[in-house]
Amino acid sequence: MKIEARDLGWRNIVRGVSCEIRPGETFGLIGPNGSGKSTLLKLLAGLMPRAAGEVRLDDVPLGQLTRRQVAQRIAMVEQFADTGEALSVRDAVELGRTPWLSPLSPFGPEDTRIVDEALAAVDMTGMTKRPWSTLSGGERQRIHIARALAQQPRALILDEPTNHLDIHHQLALLGLVAALPVTVVMALHDLNQAMMCDRLGVMSEGRMVACGAPSDVLTPDTLGRIFRVRAMPMTDPEDGSTLFRFLPMEEPR
Amino acid sequence: MTRRAALVALTLPVLPRVGLGAVLLALAVLAGVIVGETALPLRLVGDVLAVKLWGAERALDPIDAGILWSYRLPRTLVAAACGAGLALSGVVLQALVRNALADPYLLGVSAGAGAGAVSVALLGIGGGAIGLSAGAFGGATAAFVLVALLARAAGGGPAQLVLAGIAGSQLFNALTSFLIAKSANAEQARGLMFWLLGNLSGVRWPDVTMALPVVGAGFLVCLAHVRPLDAFSFGSGAAAALGIAVRRVQLVLIAAVTLMTATLVSLVGSIGFVGLVIPHAVRLLVGPRHARLVPASALAGAIFLIAADIASRVLIPGQVVPIGVVTALVGAPGFALILIRNRRRA
Ligand SMILES: Nc1ncnc2c1ncn2[C@@H]1O[C@H](COP(=O)(O)OP(=O)(O)O)[C@@H](O)[C@H]1O
Ligand SMILES: [Mg+2]
Repeated sequence: MKIEARDLGWRNIVRGVSCEIRPGETFGLIGPNGSGKSTLLKLLAGLMPRAAGEVRLDDVPLGQLTRRQVAQRIAMVEQFADTGEALSVRDAVELGRTPWLSPLSPFGPEDTRIVDEALAAVDMTGMTKRPWSTLSGGERQRIHIARALAQQPRALILDEPTNHLDIHHQLALLGLVAALPVTVVMALHDLNQAMMCDRLGVMSEGRMVACGAPSDVLTPDTLGRIFRVRAMPMTDPEDGSTLFRFLPMEEPR
Repeated sequence: MTRRAALVALTLPVLPRVGLGAVLLALAVLAGVIVGETALPLRLVGDVLAVKLWGAERALDPIDAGILWSYRLPRTLVAAACGAGLALSGVVLQALVRNALADPYLLGVSAGAGAGAVSVALLGIGGGAIGLSAGAFGGATAAFVLVALLARAAGGGPAQLVLAGIAGSQLFNALTSFLIAKSANAEQARGLMFWLLGNLSGVRWPDVTMALPVVGAGFLVCLAHVRPLDAFSFGSGAAAALGIAVRRVQLVLIAAVTLMTATLVSLVGSIGFVGLVIPHAVRLLVGPRHARLVPASALAGAIFLIAADIASRVLIPGQVVPIGVVTALVGAPGFALILIRNRRRA
């Protein structure tokens, strides 16, 4: 699904962001803390009240869709979503079917199959009965991803999805979303992981200050200006890909 | 699947449970009707029902039959409606505000309803059962809005909500006391205070025709929203992301809760702890999913309040203990258990 943002704004936290996210691509959003990444993701999912500007999903203005229709197209995993309910892992993933169910099309065998697949995709098949409160942060994050997958969306919006994950599951998750046939928009903190995206948008103080292929966007100059670090690009002799090593900025005298 | 097939697929698996629920409820009502200061024989129940409902000819003891038909049965039915309505209100509020301690009593909704009903009773606006209910609805809505605004102004956390609820309850209870002190004569005052503690002794058939339809409608509204209620588990933002029209659902459900609470308070006064303790106890039995929690809580609430009403009649021979006192005696320890369980989870 194509997602277009035109002049998106929310208070002065996101200001005049326009971008076009192409069908099937994995789009990474990077930027320092508080630069408006989470807010922009929620704007793209239509979850912020009184937003300025417009979002179009495959050329349809988001405002013309009902909440339910949006949820059939976009699944969102927010940064901090927790529950005090004694839900089981399976309960939590089954919630993902909500936008597809109605009193006359209740949860059926097909939904069970979709939920099973989603659980398998995040490597949680063996833990379906575990109560939410007993899960680690990383396990909870994987369940959120599974819930989003069970929603069978055409676009997946993920806010720092690799947080809390051990390195194996970080790589597994990034591999999984890159292989999905759907459009993925995700905020990332690890700039080396951001290199794996098809394209990157860089947020700074509510504006999208750069947008393009990782190698074009992640230049030592941008990294110095936006992230206030000295970035040393290095080449992996194995496959020739670029890695960054980060050093503190030298203090101006 | 055709609509018809879908409907069958939907109802067939739950039929045994619905049947079991109906049987349990019928047994509880039966107990509520025959147990009391004068125990009535089981046979009489069948006879009275046959006469009243089918116009059969039976020789009946007029006094016993009168007690059964005019006092015990309406009272038991209202107790059932009340218990179900309060438990449902607790389930819905706990899900919507994501707070284990939410219930109409703690959030000040009952106190608001009480103040509204007392204003109508004493200031003579409107009058009659409908007037009382309307006053209670106004008071309950005012209390809910006030508590919600205060909680939000205080930062919107779970502790703030409970504290705002306490402030709201105190305010509206004080308002009620003030109105009673200012406008009621001694006899009215005694009656009102007794009613406010929760009291079913004045219940007659007209009360049944108010309570049952309102709680029945409230139950259907809750049942129609079991999925949205589930979707609120991770907060209103997550519910919106799952396609729930959050504002509309909140409005409909809170209106249903306020209407149920207001009607029940105007009929029987304010009865605490049912909305708080029953949903938690039922969660332990059937889990947190609302497709089961909603009907099971309604059933458990109904049975619990019938039992509490029986206890209120037989606990002290020759005297009626206000039912609110009975529910508090059972509910306060239950509440303590919830607090302890929540601490362990946090
Ligand atoms: N609902 C809100 N109301 C007011 N300020 C907010 C709200 N949400 C976020 N902010 C502020 O907006 C800024 C950007 O937040 P956010 O989008 O979460 O940034 P990021 O995800 O890039 O760290 C932060 O300074 C944050 O405090
Ligand atoms: Mg963020």
